[in-house]
Amino acid sequence: MSFPHKHLIDLSEYSADDISLILDVAERFREVNERRIKKVPTLKGFTVVNMFNEPSTRTRSSFEIAEKRLSCDTLNFGGSSTSTVKGESLLDTVRTLCSYKIDLIVVRDKHAGVPHQVARASGVHVIDAGDGKHQHPTQALLDLYTIRKRFGSIEGLTVGIVGDIGHSRVCGSLIPALKTMGAKVVVVGPPTLMPARPDLLGADEVRFSLDEALPQLDVVYMLRIQRERLEGAPFPSLREYNRLFGLTREREHLLRPDAIVCHPGPINRGVELDDYMADHVERSAILDQVYAGVLVRMASLYLLLGGNEHGADA
Amino acid sequence: MALMLRNARVLDPQIDLDDVCDVLIRDGRIVEVGHGLDLPKGVERDLTGKIVVPGLVDIHVHLRDPGQEQKEDIASGTRAAARGGFTTVACMPNTSPTIDNAQVVSYVRSRADEVGKCRVAVVGSCTQGLKGEVLSEMGGMVEAGACAFTDDGRGVQDSGMMRRVMDYARQFDRVVMSHCQDEGLVGAGQVNEGAASTRLGLLGWPAAGEEIQIARDIAVCRLTGCPLHVQHLSTARGLEMVREAKAEGLPVTCEVTPHHLFLTEDAIGQDYDANFKVNPPLRTDEDRCALIEGVADGTVDCIVTDHAPHCAFEKDREFERAPFGMIGLETSLSLVITNLVKPGVIDWNRLVELMAVNPRRIIRAERVAIEAGCTADLTVIDPCEEWTVEKGGFLSKSSNSAFIGVHLVGRATDTYVGGYATLEEGAIVE
Repeated sequence: MSFPHKHLIDLSEYSADDISLILDVAERFREVNERRIKKVPTLKGFTVVNMFNEPSTRTRSSFEIAEKRLSCDTLNFGGSSTSTVKGESLLDTVRTLCSYKIDLIVVRDKHAGVPHQVARASGVHVIDAGDGKHQHPTQALLDLYTIRKRFGSIEGLTVGIVGDIGHSRVCGSLIPALKTMGAKVVVVGPPTLMPARPDLLGADEVRFSLDEALPQLDVVYMLRIQRERLEGAPFPSLREYNRLFGLTREREHLLRPDAIVCHPGPINRGVELDDYMADHVERSAILDQVYAGVLVRMASLYLLLGGNEHGADA
Repeated sequence: MALMLRNARVLDPQIDLDDVCDVLIRDGRIVEVGHGLDLPKGVERDLTGKIVVPGLVDIHVHLRDPGQEQKEDIASGTRAAARGGFTTVACMPNTSPTIDNAQVVSYVRSRADEVGKCRVAVVGSCTQGLKGEVLSEMGGMVEAGACAFTDDGRGVQDSGMMRRVMDYARQFDRVVMSHCQDEGLVGAGQVNEGAASTRLGLLGWPAAGEEIQIARDIAVCRLTGCPLHVQHLSTARGLEMVREAKAEGLPVTCEVTPHHLFLTEDAIGQDYDANFKVNPPLRTDEDRCALIEGVADGTVDCIVTDHAPHCAFEKDREFERAPFGMIGLETSLSLVITNLVKPGVIDWNRLVELMAVNPRRIIRAERVAIEAGCTADLTVIDPCEEWTVEKGGFLSKSSNSAFIGVHLVGRATDTYVGGYATLEEGAIVE
């Protein structure tokens, strides 16, 4: 079976089978990452451009490692440091890059919708590495991978996402994907951080009280408070945010015994998580998520560039 | 020289005229309307099957001149207007420099006289530089011919300032046109707040951002007595407030655009086509249906385009970085015929009220009726012409329309301004 998608942009276009296939392939690539020599020749000869038009550390390094372990040739291209500063439009930059006969563009941009526009202008495969407040599909995939690894299956789980739902590109991908995989989604946060229509994202429940929401959750997904995006001061202070919505040691008694804690990183310790919960040996899956990022990105690159479910054993 | 328009259906609700007859024009004025008129000497046009109406007027147009002539200028904008059947347009003052003094009003008027293909009425700004801080020299602008005042594009944010604007404007018998947008509520909103903002991951522009200023401006209208014209109304609740103000007897009028009548937020697709990015944003289907009801029941006074040309490179970019606005002069009449007249939502008389009679009254322009003595500003419509909007087919310098590819029925074929043809059989008369 060949992979039925050209791009990885809108996860709501992916079926449960498509998503499961990516997670299965990621699982196979896990073995590669456990070797002493963590590299396979699978994508040798393919050229991938990492077009990161806004600062990114973990997503960018995770993609680079995934590409290198698959033997892709890669070109790192920082939009803010290059042609756009000279006045070139984004789409002209994309057309220029495509003249080099590249195979895939990984794009991160602070503006929503840019991956779709890049896909149209380029004609090559595109992976959305986060666009504005819109979507971040590989983050969602690594979250799904992590949750599935812990619980064996995603179906039937209740996942609570806590924090800045309205400005979160993670939610734009994760909530629809969780719904596709059969989970129940509860979003938790102050009304000032909710999108206009959480129901349209797929949220089953909207709650303003973390304490009331916690006891039903299998997964507590704490979003990062993005201090740099909080123009308009949607809550009075970080202290009050922590008091109402921080996952702290004091709240642990509300958690189910097997509930896990996820976070897309980087963590604001003392705001959304305290040290105790962030470093909790049994509950915290945060570093598992980071590792899963390499695996699902390898799987995504591999499948989009023509691999099938069997070849990943290479 | 005399001109005889023969055999058209001549239609003018102002004088209850709807008859297949002849119209005789001499020296820029209508001389006689009747059957089998004699024309000893002059030009005859056989307009069998066509409809002749008082010249159409669009009171919300951005000609971009002076200052942004790469998008549009008076020559190209008025050609687009003539092609769309308009004999008069009112241009907005958010040019560079702003139309906030008599000199700039005079520049636009004289430039329109030189190179224009329709009349250009000039709307001056309410405040200097559209900053909302200091009153513009309205008196000087009225002397230079300004027809109304607005800070379109922004709106006057401070309520005290709006009160001063309307109080001051009251002495000139001019309406204050209001772009209703509360900047505190709207912020950097890109699309309607709700389904579209959630689906597209864009900041929302809530309906309340318009409603709150309509409510405020109606209150200031009541306080000052200055006539208020609500621009590009886009929300059901905003329209309801205008309806109530009218019932109260306040001098309040309003306009809607074809894009708010015929498109909704659902039209903005995954391609993030910025041609659908307008201000105020495309709203919900409930809003759209309410606006159509207002058009039909008389609450809406006129249909305007908010013709807002932008270069292709400005629109073909990240949605959030693209400017707001779409062009409309060349599609407005056909969209209204196709979507409102043909399905029977309104009749031709109502179209004429919305697109000729009422807008003229709002900008204090001379009454034009199809009767002896009136200025011969006329639009000839072929109600059956079928055409498809094409990107390469615009006379405007810009092609930022959301209606490209749409099939339409009915189109202006000829326009006469003061008895002279500016458009004849679909071609601009140079």
